[in-house]
Amino acid sequence: MKRSNIAFWVGAAVFLVAIFVMTQVVGNQYPFFAGYVILQFIALAVAWSILGGYAGYVNFGTSAFFGVGVYTAVFLTKAFEAPLLVQIVTAAVIGALMGFALGLLTLRMQGIFFSIATIALTIIIETTVMNWRFVGGAAGIQIARPPATPPFDNYVQMLFFVQALLVVLAVAISRYIQNSWIGRGLQALKDDELAAECTGVPTLRLKLLACVISGALLCAIGAPSAMYLQFANPDSAFNLNYSVSTLAMSLIGGTSHWSGPIIGAILLGTTQQLLTVTISSEVNVLVLGIMLVLFVVGAPEGIIGLVRKLRGNRKEGGT
Amino acid sequence: MTSSDAQLPLLRIASLTKRFGGFTALDNVSVDISPGERFGLIGPNGSGKTTLINCISGAFRTEAGTVLFRDEDITPLQPHMRTRRGIARSFQIPRPFRSMTVAENLMVALDFAAGEHVSVAQRHDAMMDILTQMGLASKANVSATQLSQVELRKMELARALATHPKLLISDEAMAGLSSSEVDEVLDLLMSLASRDITIIMIEHIMQAVMRFSDRVMCLDAGKIIAIGTPSEVMGNQRVQEAYLGT
Ligand SMILES: Nc1ncnc2c1ncn2[C@@H]1O[C@H](COP(=O)(O)OP(=O)(O)OP(=O)(O)O)[C@@H](O)[C@H]1O
Ligand SMILES: [Mg+2]
Repeated sequence: MKRSNIAFWVGAAVFLVAIFVMTQVVGNQYPFFAGYVILQFIALAVAWSILGGYAGYVNFGTSAFFGVGVYTAVFLTKAFEAPLLVQIVTAAVIGALMGFALGLLTLRMQGIFFSIATIALTIIIETTVMNWRFVGGAAGIQIARPPATPPFDNYVQMLFFVQALLVVLAVAISRYIQNSWIGRGLQALKDDELAAECTGVPTLRLKLLACVISGALLCAIGAPSAMYLQFANPDSAFNLNYSVSTLAMSLIGGTSHWSGPIIGAILLGTTQQLLTVTISSEVNVLVLGIMLVLFVVGAPEGIIGLVRKLRGNRKEGGT
Repeated sequence: MTSSDAQLPLLRIASLTKRFGGFTALDNVSVDISPGERFGLIGPNGSGKTTLINCISGAFRTEAGTVLFRDEDITPLQPHMRTRRGIARSFQIPRPFRSMTVAENLMVALDFAAGEHVSVAQRHDAMMDILTQMGLASKANVSATQLSQVELRKMELARALATHPKLLISDEAMAGLSSSEVDEVLDLLMSLASRDITIIMIEHIMQAVMRFSDRVMCLDAGKIIAIGTPSEVMGNQRVQEAYLGT
């Protein structure tokens, strides 16, 4: 455990330094624009899998949390010109509260009903925002970026770095959960809720905890998106595409290990970016759908599961 | 209620009723179980044995009646709270955590029910102890899906044991086992009983019930039809009818 902890944090530090150096050296804007989206999907997939993967409660409401994050930032910018950090932290708090409320209302339901409830949540919140004039209603709203904070001389580069920080935060939390009693409890209740209860696992409390943590992260990850796009409208902020992509990335990567969603998001995120540039963004959805079907049929445990099987299906967890 | 017992019952079930829709699965069941007792629970198929266990462990809410454990009313408590107070069970159809190894199955119990101030190392030792007792030490790192029927039964008992129970309820842990395997599991339960764990054993195999129990209770259609020493209950007219009839 000890050594793998050190390895993990060294890896995270190297990653952040590399990202930082990139923002200082690379002049061209495009890598940051594209990279931001990939980082955002990595963070989303990792955050999603805390509830959807570890606990097995498939949340179709990623876009609800993401959109609330976006609109928290929009509101704070318009009302108070609040700095980015305040936007993100506030979004996390709101996401946590939202996760708590959603969890209380729905986590007593079994799998599919929970999933349906999360779709309903998305629709309700999106409709509400559409009718909220202060943040632009259905038409959307333009947002002006303030000057970037040094040492960044460009706002997109700064956002790129901030999103990388969110990735590290999400991964660190997800990894901690997996290796702790919380992860073991979630895995147990995913396997069999009654058996878990009768083994001492407080299933409802653990599911709520997972829902709160996952919700807080999903919302926080959405917040910087307002500044990234300099524009927000309900259609794109609450776009179902976030829910579907995030879910697909997590499941394709595999949710039994914290690294699965990262692998899935890099793979799918990069493919999507390439397709958007070379062909069209419509093809994305098609590719996503095909890959999801292939994996659900051929490798239900995702890439992580495939790797484990190839390695002889021996050791679990660890690192 | 003839004379005042010196000892409080470990478990007191008072006027328990459980209905499924219009069907009464348990009808006003009352029984006391003393600390250290080996209690056999028998009854024909569908008589309500598993339902009673589900009410004791908290898997089912009850329509009426109370369950007292060590003088505390646990009727409103969720199953995990009851487990933490010392009630553990196995399942008639085994319910292992399928994505885990045998060792990890036990670690769930140790993580969540073994008390707060137990170090990781101590938990690991406790786990290996239990697996050794249960004859599963060599299976520690095997996936729960790869166990044989006896091993699965033993693992369920081991997992229950890892919660540090005061009361262990075994729901037909011997069903479908060969006669040598039945003896093996029975010996395990006997050895647990000798270490201060009160045991309720549900079983259809009569020799096992006779050998094991201090006291036997027979349910039929949700009602207690006989309770007493094993030979009393076996000799009871209504018990014989319940088993022969229908
Ligand atoms: N969840 C449930 N919903 C509806 N009816 C149930 C439920 N569980 C049990 N029953 C009914 O309650 C009655 C008692 O069932 P129970 O499982 O307690 O019997 P049992 O004594 O354990 O039988 P067996 O020896 O076959 O295990 C049966 O008629 C059964 O159909
Ligand atoms: Mg039964």
